[in-house]
Amino acid sequence: MTRTRIVVAVVVATLVVAALGLIPVARAADPIKVGLGMALTGGLSANGKPALLAMQIWKDEVNKKGGLLGRPVEIIFYDDQTNPSTVPGIYTKLLDVDKVDLVVSGYGTNLIAPLMPIAIERKLTLMGIFGLANNEKYQYPNYFQISPTGPDPATSTAIPFFELAAKQTPKPQTVAIVGADAEYPQTALVGAREVIKRFGFKTVYDKTYPPSTVDYTPIVRAIKATNPDIVFIASYPPDSVGMLRAAHEVGLQPKIMGGGMVGLQFTTIMQSMGSKLNGLVNYDYWVPEKTMMFPGIAEFFREYQPRATKEGVDTLGYYLPPYAYAAMQVLGQAIEATKGLDQQKIADYIRTNEFNTIVGKVRFGKNGEWAKGRTLMVQYQKVQDGNIEQFRQPGKKPVLYPEELKSGNIIYPYSAALK
Amino acid sequence: MFSWDLLANAVVAGLLLGGFYAAVSLGISLIFGLLDIANIAQPAFVILGSYAAYVLHEGYGMDPILTGVLFTPVFYLIGALVYRVYYASFERRGDEALRGLVFFFGVLFIIEVSLSLKYGVDYRLVQTGYLSRSIELGGVGVAFRYLVPCVVGVAMTAGLYLFLGRTFYGRAIMAVSQDQAALRLMGADPIHIKTIAFGVGIAAASLAGALLISIAPVIPSTDRDYIGRMFAITVLGGMGSIGGTLVAAVILGVVESLMATFFGPSWSLAVSFGILLAALAVRPAGLFGR
Amino acid sequence: MSRVVLALLVGLAVIAAGIALAVVRVNPYFYFAAYVILQYVVIATAWNILGGYAGYVNFGTPAFFAMGAYTAVFLIRSVKPPLAVLILAGGLVAALLGLGIGYLTLRLRGTFFSIATLALSVVLQTIIINWEYVGGSRGLSVLRPSGPPFGNYVVFLFTVMLALAVIAVMTARFIERSWVGRGLAALRDNEEAAECMGVPTLKLKLFATTVSGFLLGVAGAPFPYYVTFVEPNSAFALDYAVNALAMPMIGGTTSWVGPVIGAVLLGTAQQLATVTISSELNLLIVGVVLVGFVVVAPEGILGLIRRLRTR
Repeated sequence: MTRTRIVVAVVVATLVVAALGLIPVARAADPIKVGLGMALTGGLSANGKPALLAMQIWKDEVNKKGGLLGRPVEIIFYDDQTNPSTVPGIYTKLLDVDKVDLVVSGYGTNLIAPLMPIAIERKLTLMGIFGLANNEKYQYPNYFQISPTGPDPATSTAIPFFELAAKQTPKPQTVAIVGADAEYPQTALVGAREVIKRFGFKTVYDKTYPPSTVDYTPIVRAIKATNPDIVFIASYPPDSVGMLRAAHEVGLQPKIMGGGMVGLQFTTIMQSMGSKLNGLVNYDYWVPEKTMMFPGIAEFFREYQPRATKEGVDTLGYYLPPYAYAAMQVLGQAIEATKGLDQQKIADYIRTNEFNTIVGKVRFGKNGEWAKGRTLMVQYQKVQDGNIEQFRQPGKKPVLYPEELKSGNIIYPYSAALK
Repeated sequence: MFSWDLLANAVVAGLLLGGFYAAVSLGISLIFGLLDIANIAQPAFVILGSYAAYVLHEGYGMDPILTGVLFTPVFYLIGALVYRVYYASFERRGDEALRGLVFFFGVLFIIEVSLSLKYGVDYRLVQTGYLSRSIELGGVGVAFRYLVPCVVGVAMTAGLYLFLGRTFYGRAIMAVSQDQAALRLMGADPIHIKTIAFGVGIAAASLAGALLISIAPVIPSTDRDYIGRMFAITVLGGMGSIGGTLVAAVILGVVESLMATFFGPSWSLAVSFGILLAALAVRPAGLFGR
Repeated sequence: MSRVVLALLVGLAVIAAGIALAVVRVNPYFYFAAYVILQYVVIATAWNILGGYAGYVNFGTPAFFAMGAYTAVFLIRSVKPPLAVLILAGGLVAALLGLGIGYLTLRLRGTFFSIATLALSVVLQTIIINWEYVGGSRGLSVLRPSGPPFGNYVVFLFTVMLALAVIAVMTARFIERSWVGRGLAALRDNEEAAECMGVPTLKLKLFATTVSGFLLGVAGAPFPYYVTFVEPNSAFALDYAVNALAMPMIGGTTSWVGPVIGAVLLGTAQQLATVTISSELNLLIVGVVLVGFVVVAPEGILGLIRRLRTR
């Protein structure tokens, strides 16, 4: 019987401590609370932390101007550890204990997915921060996605890349596609296969590899053995780096290479890869080219970059931060326009209006994605080793696609850019 | 899509990879193969060595392999300390089966999470001039990034083999693994010998870690990819045989490389596990085991 | 009345309390948190049947847990059976896995079993990543069935997990007090001696791995409905491996009480930590506490209490 007593004592003690822990911390005078879980640790934290920083910069600026609807804005965030199973618990706590007024998603398709049923069940407006095709299954009308992939996320990278390839002379014929065994690359490869069929290219290699691969040389050799004109790679940062290094060692030189390599947009990787990047035609969302200098973006980076350097996160911040900031801009403008915090009114407003943000004009369409996709294709040109400052100026990553944002010309074939 | 060229390259890459795998497995071969201590924290020490190489390269531009060598005494001391704690807490009480294993798992975990906390989970890599080069030998490409770790790995294996066979302490380690009581009768303290052996095993991890980060980028959880490989190599090679470790490592390297090239790399990690299970089922003593 | 009947009544009373909590709704966050903690009660108890009672350390808890989860995913995608079937199926598949691994390695030595379980997670994760039907590396979204008891699916899952926890604990207690438990204890202390005394060690070991596997799979089966998005990295998370070890070791491995204490204490602490301190610091603390306990207080909290009382 004493054993049972021990168990009971422990359980009771734990419940008491737990109850104390759940008492919400006292907060300032009636703020508007925005809640989110964000990847501050784990595999996606390299982007999660800059994204959160951008949102906090937005909050500070808004509060300096007097807040929203005359009330200060507060961001309550928890670390989702890049682990989807923490998401239900985190958002339930945000909604039921911290009593936030609005929620924003975490970063990444996998972290948004478990949030969808909760948002749908509780009829929330959900702003998604860079997730691929999260709403395709649900078609929930109050979901919005800030990444500019557009109405068909799967082909959003493939279409620009292969369209560019098809325009070149001599026209390339054969394609090798390769990607990691993970969520984003798999979706991108599905899109690639579809687009390849549309353009009539011939696939000579189509394989995937596990994300924990150490040795990319066999893969690259196998690709080289098929002698492809085009190489489309859908990879995450570690494999992007590994594939690139192996490609240089093995001497893989198709006519055009790149596509959906995540990570080549990150400051640390641009710095360490240096001239190895030259010639790659890869996707991007924002580069410091003249055609991309939307109103407000220069000021944003002036604020972001010193703070990022101090906090030890992505110092240039060209990838996710402007879009995270823009997502908050959309929310803020919708709150002001509807003069309240009604989820449905805010969602309706977002769905039916165009917004001016630091990443340009944003309008949402089918399934909450951008009505018109704006995935850029850029090419790394004349990049030098060991120099991060070069990326602050235009010219190293000119925009090749879409036509209306084009800021430079492609160097074709790939080998010409390596000289 | 088969070609002799592809096959040749895959085999050579596998051989080189094998040399590196031998370096990584030497510590376990010594600690588990000879001393029978299931130190599953070994891969974490290897990663620790990788990070040491990374930090010194980033901060002072020091060559990774040089760092690996320089840190050997440090790691030796760490290993000796860890063994002493292990001995005092478990071996002496005869408790090593359950709690010793959990202890090492805890150590693995603590090392991995501490590295995560301090350095985050961004991939860290080390690039030096000579490591980025590669040469062509008769149609087969050889990257220095693999060649150098392979050479160092083989050298380490040879070095350890000579140490165990030709020096007093080395022979004492071999003796302790066979018969502790007899060793005591000969006037040597088995605990002291085992401390040295464990220290050497962890010291090997220092250099192995430097080699690892020269080949590929590393994050704290990379250690888990190597647990299966290390033990598979040690079991396949034969518990207690250093030469066997090298042979088994090369076999594993070649099989993984062939699988990756011809069947797709998805199954490479399963290769080591498959080899381990096969070895345990068919010939638990391994190829060269006692 | 007999002890068994008393135990059953206590178990039923706990379940009844849970149902009462489900009907009288408290803060929704409670059900989420409580589900995770109860899940760990099952996991820790399951681990302890093999680890504490038999002395065989299983480092591959994520593999068994994920097997339960992915069996459920497979069935949800194909036949959509009721939750009870999912739980049973998940348990059975994981049990078979335990039996298989046990059969392959337990004839050799405990160490090899442990090493095999280490590598097991990696291999199974590779298989799942390559299996498109259950989502592969991309993961799969799972829609919760409509019209759940108590009106809210998570509240329902809470009561289900509570019932599973009661069943797991009672199973452990039953094993502990039966001849099986005594046999396991004998082979844990000295396998050779037990063999000599006629204890059917291999059969007992296989029994332990099978039952342990079954309960781990049972803990994983409701996971898809809880998290609604299943992908390999979170199903095979290292957290499960370390907690499955830490909770029984900290609570005390010699009896069914230990894992429960460990799960409640550590589980609650981690739930609080998720929303307060950095997650990695939280994991680091678990690791340090684990090593601390293993070195200093190998019998866990139960052992400490026992030592205090005999002072």
